[in-house]
Amino acid sequence: MESFTTHTGRVAPLDRVDVDTDQIIPKQYLKTIHRTGLKEGLFADWRHLPDGSPDPNFFMNHPQYADATILLTRDNFGCGSSREHAPWALLDYGIRAILAPSFAEIFYNNCFQNSILPIVLEARDIQRLFDHVCADDRFELTIDLAAQTITTPQNSTFRFSIDPFRKQCLLQGLDAIGLTLQREQAIADYEARRTRDAPWLFQDLCS
Amino acid sequence: MAIQTLFDKIWAPHVVHEGSDGTTLLYIDRHLIHEVTSPQAFEGLKLAGRRPRRPGATLAVPDHNVPTTDRSLGIADPLSRIQIQTLEQHCADFGITMFSMHDVRQGIVHVIGPEQGLTLPGMTIVCGDSHTSTHGAFGALAFGIGTSEVEHVLATQCLIQKRPRTMEIRVDGHVSPHCSAKDMILAIIGTIGTAGGTGYVVEYTGEAIRSLSMEGRMTLCNMSIEGGARAGMIAPDETTFSYIKDRPMAPPAHLWTQAVHQWEELRTDPGAAYDRVVTLQGEDIAPQVTWGTNPGMVAGVDGVVPDPRSFSDAETRDATARALDYMALTPGTAIVDIPIDRVFIGSCTNSRIEDLRLAASYFQGKRVAPGVQAMVVPGSGLVKKQAEDEGLDAVFRAAGAEWRESGCSMCLAMNADVLEPGERCASTSNRNFEGRQGKGGRTHLVSPAMAAAAAVTGHFVDIRHWA
Ligand code: SF4
Repeated sequence: MESFTTHTGRVAPLDRVDVDTDQIIPKQYLKTIHRTGLKEGLFADWRHLPDGSPDPNFFMNHPQYADATILLTRDNFGCGSSREHAPWALLDYGIRAILAPSFAEIFYNNCFQNSILPIVLEARDIQRLFDHVCADDRFELTIDLAAQTITTPQNSTFRFSIDPFRKQCLLQGLDAIGLTLQREQAIADYEARRTRDAPWLFQDLCS
Repeated sequence: MAIQTLFDKIWAPHVVHEGSDGTTLLYIDRHLIHEVTSPQAFEGLKLAGRRPRRPGATLAVPDHNVPTTDRSLGIADPLSRIQIQTLEQHCADFGITMFSMHDVRQGIVHVIGPEQGLTLPGMTIVCGDSHTSTHGAFGALAFGIGTSEVEHVLATQCLIQKRPRTMEIRVDGHVSPHCSAKDMILAIIGTIGTAGGTGYVVEYTGEAIRSLSMEGRMTLCNMSIEGGARAGMIAPDETTFSYIKDRPMAPPAHLWTQAVHQWEELRTDPGAAYDRVVTLQGEDIAPQVTWGTNPGMVAGVDGVVPDPRSFSDAETRDATARALDYMALTPGTAIVDIPIDRVFIGSCTNSRIEDLRLAASYFQGKRVAPGVQAMVVPGSGLVKKQAEDEGLDAVFRAAGAEWRESGCSMCLAMNADVLEPGERCASTSNRNFEGRQGKGGRTHLVSPAMAAAAAVTGHFVDIRHWA
């Protein structure tokens, strides 16, 4: 996995609560068997008006956000379906970090698997950032994961918290499966013990 | 022995390793796979030169993309076809059992697991699908995961987890005979909100829950994720054990007594503390209808569409106004005055035999209203067969409703079953998100009984006063 250490980028605003993964990437884009090339589907139904023309009010249709890499949004971002296509589509578009007062759990977890950094900030800090973006549509932020800080061009700093294990994985770009496989012996011991205690759990599902 | 919750009693025996910061390697007993969220996981596995650790712990089934019409014609959409062929190929390569589209046991992944006896109390069960919470109805810890984690489970039979918090949601008393588990869970989500359960595993307790059948318990646990919870669970009891007994993948006779003996211990000890407790009174729950674009935007059928201005905080006001705009609803409209165009009875929430029996009882001797199209999609081939043995299909057909092959169908409309823009649907599924059932489509979530009654009258009705 790619590592995440520091990142500076343009901030795009998505001022909606409860954005679900059906909106982040609608189902018609889920038929792929690949992880890449999903940016076409990102917010596909919100990008366009019913007549098919681009919705001028949607951030992705503003040229100044074309190279945005940080998404600023509201509560419960990523709720609904577990589709990892949602972070894949965001990543494909270039998003490396998402700032919100809260995230839905599966989406939050899926971000880390794809070295996107989801950052939880207090609602009032999120509001301050929205105010900045409204005032300056070229607003940029610098994120320092090791220091757990977000810094504005005016040098005001927001601190954020993050689970230490997830932080290490991102900083070093660790392969989670590889980490687990290092515990192969513990897994084998566990299986041997459990097979004695609850043998029905180890019966193969057969056709 | 310390006082424990049901969750504690399942979590503890699955810990393979726990780090000093609480990061836990959790063992996964059963893994379910479907065609949409697995191809990239298998691809990753193959690229890394890894193999599934326990192919025998995994069951695969195509469900999201399968046609609900004549299957002998194959799948018209080439992308859907490729996705299903890819699943078949990966399963063949790795020796994973798969029920093909032509197997009578095929169906929605969360319907067939319990039906086959694969879902058992005390297990950890995962699937690349958020509604894996369904399996918690058996007193299992079951939750949805992303595709990277599907790969992780395939490779290691484990997941890296942090211990969640626990929440008790208790429904005391009794619900009206016209209300079902669907109404209970919609009322619960209406109470806690779509993010109310975030970070929690929910245990449902109380008299109204205890008296539910397994089908009802599955409906309830299924929608835990719509309240934001990672998982929902109900302590197993006699209802659970008798449902499981003699199912093809259930513990064989020589292990049955030992298994039940262990399962009987799976209940929250008196005095055990949850991190949060929410209580509802069964008698207060009316048949529910969603009016907005998430499952928390819900009202009793005797209620009205809310006025955005009635909410004090700006975000809720905006979200409500946006939802009403999308749904083309005017504040103050009585729920029973909302007309509908389509009816969908199906999905992993409400496509089991009991749901179909209930729906059929409302269709019996009646006709679908003029201008309304109604569709009934059983959750599995076996549910379909049983319904036909009981003559339910004849009731649906006589009423003018379509009787289809099993699958996810119009729950998310990845196959050919789609709402047209602007169409309004009474649906027994679990998500009323914008465009969920088709771009521009408008979804109202209801119980099977409410959906059937709406099909017959052409609008929502309070089935408590309906003959
Ligand atoms: S029925 Fe709907 S919610 Fe259930 S698994 Fe299928 S698509 Fe998902």
